[in-house]
Amino acid sequence: MAKLHASNNQVFSWRKAWTSVRSEYHLYLMFLPVVAYYAIFRYVPMVGSFAIGLTDYDIFKGFLASSFIGLSNFKDFLNDIYFWRLIRNTLAINLLNLLFAFPAPIVLALLLNEIPLRRVKNVVQTISYLPHFVSTVIIASMLITFLSPSTGLVNNLIAGLGGQRVAFLLRPGYFWGIMTLEAVWQGIGWGAIIYLAALTGVNPELYEAAVMDGSGRWGLVWHITLPAILPTIVVMLLLRIGHLLEVGYELVILIYNPSIYSTSDVISSYVYRRGILEADYSYSTAVGLFQSVIGLLLVVGANRLAKRLTQVGIW
Amino acid sequence: MGGRRSVGRTVFNVCNAVFMVLLCVMTLYPFLFILAASFSSPLFISQGKVGMVPLGFTTTAYHMVFEYPMIWRAYFNTVFYTLFGTAINILLTVLAAYPLSRKSFLGRRFFSLMVFVPIVFTSGLIPSFLVVNGLGLRNTVWAMVLPGAITSFNVILMRTFFEEIPVALEESARIDGASHSAVLFRIVLPLSIPSIATVGLFYAVGHWNSFFPALLYLRDPEMHPIQIVLRNIVIMNQTEMVMQSVESDRAQVGETIKYATIMVATLPILAVYPFIQKYFVKGAMLGSVKG
Repeated sequence: MAKLHASNNQVFSWRKAWTSVRSEYHLYLMFLPVVAYYAIFRYVPMVGSFAIGLTDYDIFKGFLASSFIGLSNFKDFLNDIYFWRLIRNTLAINLLNLLFAFPAPIVLALLLNEIPLRRVKNVVQTISYLPHFVSTVIIASMLITFLSPSTGLVNNLIAGLGGQRVAFLLRPGYFWGIMTLEAVWQGIGWGAIIYLAALTGVNPELYEAAVMDGSGRWGLVWHITLPAILPTIVVMLLLRIGHLLEVGYELVILIYNPSIYSTSDVISSYVYRRGILEADYSYSTAVGLFQSVIGLLLVVGANRLAKRLTQVGIW
Repeated sequence: MGGRRSVGRTVFNVCNAVFMVLLCVMTLYPFLFILAASFSSPLFISQGKVGMVPLGFTTTAYHMVFEYPMIWRAYFNTVFYTLFGTAINILLTVLAAYPLSRKSFLGRRFFSLMVFVPIVFTSGLIPSFLVVNGLGLRNTVWAMVLPGAITSFNVILMRTFFEEIPVALEESARIDGASHSAVLFRIVLPLSIPSIATVGLFYAVGHWNSFFPALLYLRDPEMHPIQIVLRNIVIMNQTEMVMQSVESDRAQVGETIKYATIMVATLPILAVYPFIQKYFVKGAMLGSVKG
């Protein structure tokens, strides 16, 4: 036993460490491919984003031949004519999500929790998280066919009610709304699982005691149910705040088009266009790095704040 | 319980029930509509008459979709990427999670950090793209399975599962001289089959639904997965290729082909969903415990 836990609770010694490593070398052999994976596919790109973002990297010259240009790419981004548009769209879509798609699963969990019949609750839940497993391409396909001005379901309904057909995906004014509705539709059920899990941990005696004390329905929700899921809400909120400057490019690049870039182009879709389609690697890497660094600052800041306010954090 | 309170309770229950029914309808309706539309005559779709039942029942669209050879090819590719990719995912995730779950693993803290950091600091699309290209993985199967071979979140999930296995079991085996590999393969893995299924399913759905790596790395149409074909037909509007023998109005038949293609791509998920959903729920709940 002593041999197995050589390094635990003792003053560190190289000899003991070596004995431990030797007797456990299988662990290290197993872990080798994992380290290789993280090094190649996670850390090389991570270090690479600094290397490429801070130089005038050219794929034909290679990294060694490119020269250091400091923060020049970042300055260019701040002066990019699209800079404010990208920030505004990214933030707007995220804030709308925070306002609607974030609370929706909480409300659903609270309502599901009030259903007395277990069977019914399970059926509703099972149906509600189906959209989470539908691929982005299928979601985009549905949006495009349903919103099509000539044959789409939504426009047929509008026309049937005597309204004018609208080319939703060609008019900038609708994009944020479409993204928000989609996020609620796809995320409400799956998001509720976590809150329901937190609710199953609540001791039923608490409810009984509160009823004895004369609490009404709202009293129970307010004093017992909500406090029970508050830590979960805080953690989920933190994770979301860390992603405030991130809107996934996958759905956006599938449904947007130049006529609605003014509201639909977000940082990640811009990186995709500049980097992948136009092969402007150095600049697009810097833009991506800008987004990652702000994301990191946001998540670290939010974690600190949450720990101070509620003693709950993600690490 | 006073009378007023029980009336309030009843009103609430009715409203709640109505809300739940609405939620289910809103969730399922898009799928039911696509199903109905894919079997309907193009004429009724363009008139906006199709609701939840096919009108002018026809299987023309499916005939065209199934006669389009790319669909079968793409299906085969997707199945292959999913099986092969998931196998690699599970292997590497287990190899990552097991050492991290052992207290005797020196450098456990450091390596846990190595796994955690990519969650909060993403490495960016372009550098990853350049690495995959630089390794010469472009237009190979490896571009589909290697870059996402390990998801840090799943490693943390799996480590949590492994930590729950009673230590006594393996310690006795270790004292009897079993190596860590033997402990992992003979004791830990057999006990973790449900957990491996959970993590494996997360990965598998990811592969099935993935389109972006294929868009980035696969030039050869013969290698495209079903999601790319779906995108080409529905989003890029390339319905022409599917219509090999069309007599009437092309634009209108094109619409039903889109619906049929969406259905063909969605069906496998819808079909296995009721059987596998409980594993996902288990994973989601465990994820919430560890954060």
